[in-house]
Parts: sequence; C-alpha cells; structure tokens
Amino acid sequence: MRKYKFLEHTADVKFQAFGKTLEKAFENASYALINIMCKEKIKPLIKKQIKIKGKDLENLLYNFLEEFIFLLDSKDFLLGKIKNLKINKKNGDYELNVEALGDNAKNYKTELDVKAITYNEMFVKKQKDKFICQVVVDV
Amino acid sequence: MFKLRKEKMVEIKKINDVTWKIEKFGDMKVPVIIFASKKLLEKIKQDDTIKQSMNMASLPGVLKNIVVCADAHQGYGACIGGVSAFDINKGVISPGEIGYDINCSVRLLKTNLKLEDIEKKGKKEIIHSLFRTIPSGVGKGSKLKLSKQELNDVLKEGAQWAVKKGYGINQDYLHTEEQGCIKGADSSAVSERAKSRGKSQLGSLGAGNHFLEIQVVDEIFDEKIAKIFGLEKGQITIMIHCGSRGLGHQVASDYIKEMENKYGWPKQDRELVNAPIKSELGKKYLSAMAAAANFAFANKQLITHWVRQDLKHYFPNLKIDVVYDICHNIAKFEKHIIDGKEKQVLIMRKGATRSFGPGHPEVPSDYRKVGQPVLIPGNMGTASYVLIGTKKAEEVSFSSTAHGAGRLMSRTRARKTISGEKIKQELEKKGIDIETGSWRGLAEEAPQVYKDIEEVVRVSHEAGIGNLVVRLKPIGVVKG
Repeated sequence: MRKYKFLEHTADVKFQAFGKTLEKAFENASYALINIMCKEKIKPLIKKQIKIKGKDLENLLYNFLEEFIFLLDSKDFLLGKIKNLKINKKNGDYELNVEALGDNAKNYKTELDVKAITYNEMFVKKQKDKFICQVVVDV
Repeated sequence: MFKLRKEKMVEIKKINDVTWKIEKFGDMKVPVIIFASKKLLEKIKQDDTIKQSMNMASLPGVLKNIVVCADAHQGYGACIGGVSAFDINKGVISPGEIGYDINCSVRLLKTNLKLEDIEKKGKKEIIHSLFRTIPSGVGKGSKLKLSKQELNDVLKEGAQWAVKKGYGINQDYLHTEEQGCIKGADSSAVSERAKSRGKSQLGSLGAGNHFLEIQVVDEIFDEKIAKIFGLEKGQITIMIHCGSRGLGHQVASDYIKEMENKYGWPKQDRELVNAPIKSELGKKYLSAMAAAANFAFANKQLITHWVRQDLKHYFPNLKIDVVYDICHNIAKFEKHIIDGKEKQVLIMRKGATRSFGPGHPEVPSDYRKVGQPVLIPGNMGTASYVLIGTKKAEEVSFSSTAHGAGRLMSRTRARKTISGEKIKQELEKKGIDIETGSWRGLAEEAPQVYKDIEEVVRVSHEAGIGNLVVRLKPIGVVKG
C-alpha cells in the first residue's frame, strides 16, 4: 500500500495518507507533511514524547500535524520517524500518544514553509479495508 | 448558467464587461459581485472560488454583497480575493475570511538610483548581498534575539516599535497602512505557542510566494499621481512581500479551534468557523489579529532597515523612502455606505487590497488629495503595478481591489512540469537575476503558474476600483 499521495490544488498542497489501521494512516499523514517541507531523509536523533487531544478524528489529525509545524518553528525539530502511535477514545474525546524521532532542522535543506494545517476538504475515513486521511495545508 | 462542482446550477449575470453578479438564493443572505473579464471569470469558475464566495454570503450579519476580485482563486473557507462587510452588532468575524498569514502585505520602497547605477556596481553581486543579508527560506530565522517583553512591545506597536529602536525613520510608518500599528492589539490574546513560533522569525522573509524584488519604473500611466508618489521612469524601486510568519499562522489556527469549541461551525464549511463580533471571543480574536498584523508591519520595517544598510555599502549617497505599505489579509472597522447610509462596519479582506479614494482621512496627508497607493505584485517574470484608490471603489467594492496575479497552476503540477534551474536561466535572459534557497520553491512560483497580471490590473482600472499609475519591471529577485 502507498503511504501517501499528493493531489492537485490550485494554491495550497493537498494529500491523502493511507494505512491498514487508523494509527498507520495518521503516521503516514505526518510523513507526507514533512515531505512537503524537506525531501531529505531525517535522522532519528532527538526524541519527543507527544500527547494530542481531539474532539473528533479530523480535529485530532489537525492538532497532531500542527504539532510538527510548531516544533519546527519554535524548536527547530524536524520529524524523521514515528514510533508507537496510539489513538484511544476517552469519554467521547480522542487522545493520541506518540514518540516522535527527528533531528535539528538546521542540518537539512528545508524548502517549503507550511503555514498551517486546514480543515479545508479534510476527512478521516475507512474505505473497505483501509483508512484514508485527506489534508490540505496552507503554504 | 454555470454548474458548481458536484452541486446545483448557478446563474452568473453579466452587468458589464468587467462586472458579474450572482443573485442571492438558497442560504445566501446577499448577492456576490465578481470583478473580472470574461477570460478571468472562466479561470475563476474552474475551482471552488464561486462556491466559497456563496458560502461567505450566507454568514450571519453579512451586508450588501460579497466582492470577488479579478485575481480570485480557491482558498480555505473563504476564497482568496474575497471581501465581505459585516454588521458590527449582528455580524460575525471569521479567521477563515482573513487568512492564516495575517497581514500578508506588500511594501514599496523608492530609491534615488537608476538601473545604470546598479549595473555599474554589479547587479548580481548586489542581489547576492541582499540574499545574504535578509533571512529567507524555511526555518531561517531572525538576526534579533527578542526578550518576552520586547516581543510583546512589537505586537503592540508594530512598525513604530522598530522605528523607535532605530530601525528606520518616522516617515516609514507614516506611509504604512494604519501607520504600521493597528490599534487595540493585545499581546495577551496571542498564545505562548504562537509567540514561540514567531519569536525567532521577526525580520525574515519566509518562503513560498514571499520575496524581495529590485525593480525599475518601466511605464508611467498617470504622470501627475506618479509624481506625487515620487516615482519617475527609470527609477529603481524595491518591493518586499511577506507576512506575520509562524506567529500569525498560529493565531489563526488557535482561534479557529477556540471558535469551533465555543460556537461549532457553519454547515457549509468547517473553515468558515466564526464568532459574533461583539462576543468576548470575537473581540479577543480581533485584538490577537491586530497583534499579529503589527508583527508583520515590524517585520517589513526591519527588512527595510537592513536593505538600506546593505545597499549603503554600494551607494554612499543612497536615499530610500517608503512609497507605501499595504495589507492583503486583514479585518478592519471602516465606514461604508450601506442602504444609502454611512455605517461603521467590519470589512474582511482576504487576498485583496484596500483602495481608498481621494480625500479619505486614512490616506497619508501627502497623498490625500489623489488617493491611496495600491500595490499589486505580479509574478517574478512580468511586472508589478502601482494603482490609485478611487471614490468608485468606495461605492462598489468596499474600497477594495485585487492583490496580485492569483495562482493558476497547483504546486504539485508546477513541480512536475517546470524546472527551477531552467526558470532561472529564462529569467536571466530577460535581465532578471534570481537568488533562491530552493529550486523547488522557484519552480512552484514560476511565472507560468500565475494568471495574467496585465489582465488583472486592466480589470481593476476598467471597473474603476483601482486605476493604473505605474508599472514596475523586476531586475532582481530574492526568494525564500
């Protein structure tokens, strides 16, 4: 199965990420996001433990991806590898826990600035035997 | 009749060669007016612009009509190139109708140099020097180390903070929209998350469509007004296009989430989430937006200062003045005529330029008798324009006109079909030197991915909502 694919969008960047499980689809969405910013392979040298909450799956995906834009701008952290991504539902809300491994962005050539994740055309759904996340990011 | 993608039929009525109207129907509370030529309208119809403008027309408290500019294209929630007016008591404010890059804006500098001066000293070297001096590209941060208090001062005072600190002169902010400082900014309404994204980015261009360009005044359409702006044929100008960087983007994201939690979202589009203008949350967003806008004003003021310093090395007698600095993504309280009566309303411009006519009190005093300069950057291969705001714009377009060429081709397709290196060679042949940190970024911003700027400004001029003053031809570009 492909991890993700980019789709046509006039002004911004649109992608779909796939996974056999919801967790895998989220993981692949984070790789698609990083691929927009940097084409190099990022070494898993720094570890960040991340906890994200969301009221629904779209909100969870938005918050999860936004964390990597935040970490890049404020901590120079560029994501390389996702480990142990878990999504749980607690009292109607979603909670995501993950170990993010990456490196200092200054060691890489980053090309495109992702300004923000958007809800525009966003969905998270199960289609037959796979999960699909669709995201448009503002660049 | 025109069929929206996957949806119902819509009738777009022709008013004249450059004006079109969609009467209100369904959920729409007001009609949509589109300023476009037939050719540009065909392009506008190819994406979701029309549908998004109709969604904008359905929000509570929306007044008179939605305005769609000639360079409009699909955005998120609201289209880019969309302008709307809201009743202050019954209306809402929506971050999606302003954009993530709050106060993405353009500043034009004029110099006492001619093209020969630049060529004598070596154009390539000068552009390379500016590229090294002005931080650009992803993750390329500021040369400043700001304390928490200093960042709060920037958010409160905008370009005026920078001038107070010695980065420029008073005249710089006097020639800036809102004098470089939107009042009512509250740094405590900006999250720590947003501040930590922006703290290390003040005084940097960023990437994407942001740039710094050296230009030459190439054609004068209105001698009298050009003279008032201090522009003459053959003169070198410098244009800076950038915004509020990560800080503004995070302010938008934060409030979209907060408004969604409190008020839910409109059925048409989650990105059109909003809050009543009069609500606590609405007011808080407005003061955070003003803070982010001030960050963007300060950002361009610092870049202006470094441009001056850098070019002084080459030209000791250099004089650089700000012609004007104008917002593209912003909400403003302004007075407009609604149902025959003057009324204070909230105007939201997303990818649109304010276009106040002669005599307007908000226009700097030395320009007031002719009107406000409107700056419309083109793509790096063609030209940019200075227009003049008009009385007609006050009547028909909430004092607004287009803001650029408008994208035509997706970044994905641009990358697949265009090579950055080739673009650089082609532009060099036309006498335009480029410095960029990213070939891919250059391909994505290639001239052919944009609509025809000539057509966009022609429509503005013909519709009388922003009239031609001068054309500026690029000779060198610094891109993130």
